[in-house]
Order: sequence, then C-alpha cells, then structure tokens
Amino acid sequence: MPFVPPTVDPYRPVVPDVRSHAAANLRFIRETMESAGSFTAVSGWGQVAIGTTAIVAAIVAGRQPTRAGWLATWLVEAVVAVAIAGAAMVAKARRKGLSLFSGSSRKFWPAFTAPLAAGAALTAALVARGLFDALPGVWLVLFGTAVVAGGAVSVPVVRLMGGCFFALGVAAFLCPPGWGDALLAAGFGGLLAVFGAAIARRHGG
Amino acid sequence: MGKTQTKDQRPRAQGARATRGIELVGARERSASPGRLDRVIHERVRLGIVSALAVNESLTFNELKTLLRATDGNVSVHARKLERAGYVACVKSFEGRIPRTTYRLTAAGRRALSRYLDHMEAVIRAARHG
Repeated sequence: MPFVPPTVDPYRPVVPDVRSHAAANLRFIRETMESAGSFTAVSGWGQVAIGTTAIVAAIVAGRQPTRAGWLATWLVEAVVAVAIAGAAMVAKARRKGLSLFSGSSRKFWPAFTAPLAAGAALTAALVARGLFDALPGVWLVLFGTAVVAGGAVSVPVVRLMGGCFFALGVAAFLCPPGWGDALLAAGFGGLLAVFGAAIARRHGG
Repeated sequence: MGKTQTKDQRPRAQGARATRGIELVGARERSASPGRLDRVIHERVRLGIVSALAVNESLTFNELKTLLRATDGNVSVHARKLERAGYVACVKSFEGRIPRTTYRLTAAGRRALSRYLDHMEAVIRAARHG
C-alpha cells in the first residue's frame, strides 16, 4: 500500500496570529471605553436651536383661537425639535467619532425614551378627556424625567437640566392655566438654550 | 510536582503565549525601551482598568468591578499593580461608615495607554505589510 502523507501536520508549530491578537486588544479597549464612558453625543448647539424654535412656538401657540390649534402648534414644534435634535446628535457623533447605539448610548436610549413614550400616552388620554390645561405640566415633568434618566449615563449638567425641567413642570401644575405657554417657553426655550450653550462650550458642540 | 501558579501569573502567561512575537517589557525597562510592549498594561484586567479610567475622571472600586465583570480579588490585585507602576492613583475614604476606594488615571498611565495603542496599531500595520 503506497504511503499517503497526512493533509494536516499535527507537529507543525502553532504560529500565533499576532495581528488578530493586537486587533482584539484594540477592540477590547474601545468596548471598555464605550461602556465606561458617558454619553456625550447630546448636542448643545442643537438644544440652542430647539430653544429658539420653542420660543417661536410659544408665541404662535398663545395666539391660537382654539385648543386644537394650540395643541397642533406644540405637536409641530415637537416634530421639529426631534428632527433638529436627531440631526445635531448625528453630526456631533460623526465629528467626535462617537457611536450613537453602543456602549453608554445603548443605556441612554431606553432610559430617555420610556418617559417620553409615557408622555405621549398621557397626552392622548388627557386630550381625549379635554384636560388641555394639564398638558404643559405633564410635558415638562416627563421631559425632565427623561433627561434625568438618560442623564444617568451622561455628563452631570444633563441631569441638572432634567431636574430644572422637573421643577418647572411641578410649578406648571401649581400655576394658573394661563401660564402654560410662558412656562413651556421658559423650559423648552430658555432652559434648553441656556444648558445647550453650556454643553456646547464644555463638551465640544 | 508542578509549580503552583498565582492568580496573577496565569493570565500573564496566557497573554505571553498568545503574543509570541511581540516583545514584552517590564515596568523598569519601559523608559529605556519605548518601542517595546508594556507588560504592566498588557494584562486584560489591567488594560480594562486603564481604558475605563481613561474616559472617566475617576471610578470607584465597585464601578470597576461591575464594568469589568471581575472579582474583588482580581480588581484589587491588578489595581495595586497599576498603582505600584504609577499608572493609577488610589484614594481611600469613607462614605458614612462604608469604605470607598476611588481610582483615577495618572499622567503616566495616560501616556502608557497611548504608547500601548500605538504599539498595537504598529503590530497590525507590520503584520499587514509583512
């Protein structure tokens, strides 16, 4: 019977794949940094822009003759704000080489969006019962809750901003109904713009 | 009779096997041979500690333990090694009656991480072109 050489030499020394080991180390460093780091893709300049549109929205909403018109104005503002925030965050994340959906970002989104979803559900329920006066307080308190919750994995100034929104929301529940637009302007206009400028200055945009 | 390995020797030996071909160097030789791989930082848990501290001003012992999914003993031993090398600074305090250990990365530690990253990138580049 002729000798058939083995296809795999069992005595061949194992050459360690130095390149893949180095790549694995770099990946480990990046993943550790991502999970240990803060979510810093919140765009300060985006917040300043949203603050400006919110003040315009408050003026327009205050002039609406009907409650439906008032609500529609704020809902349009919400859509505009989401679009600005999204574009600004993507731009900042790209500029700084940050990921929006891994590491600390993965923890940020569920914490931030859950109170906002609750706010949407409560808005629908309150509008269905004609309780429009409660909306400014509900929006401010739940946005504040979202920011505080999401801010747990972000920089401290974000949590402080959330706390201010929460306090403003509580004030909206205590103030006369006519103050709603002014308090919404103070929150989504003033607070976002002031904290946005601070975030932009200290945290790179 | 086999020699008993300590907790700290095991991963280092594994790391050394896996990186045969990469020159390792101890803390004392580091400054003399900047092109060599820093042994202090090369171990997985220590690399994790340094990486985590690089993106935080400071982290507590428990935060590091949770983040790296390591045991108390493991974090403690490796953090002490980094502290001895001058890469991390440790502050022990009390929060009420509970002891709290906080770590932060020193300038030397930041430089060591940067050197290590450069080294890894150089290894990848060399392997690609070689």
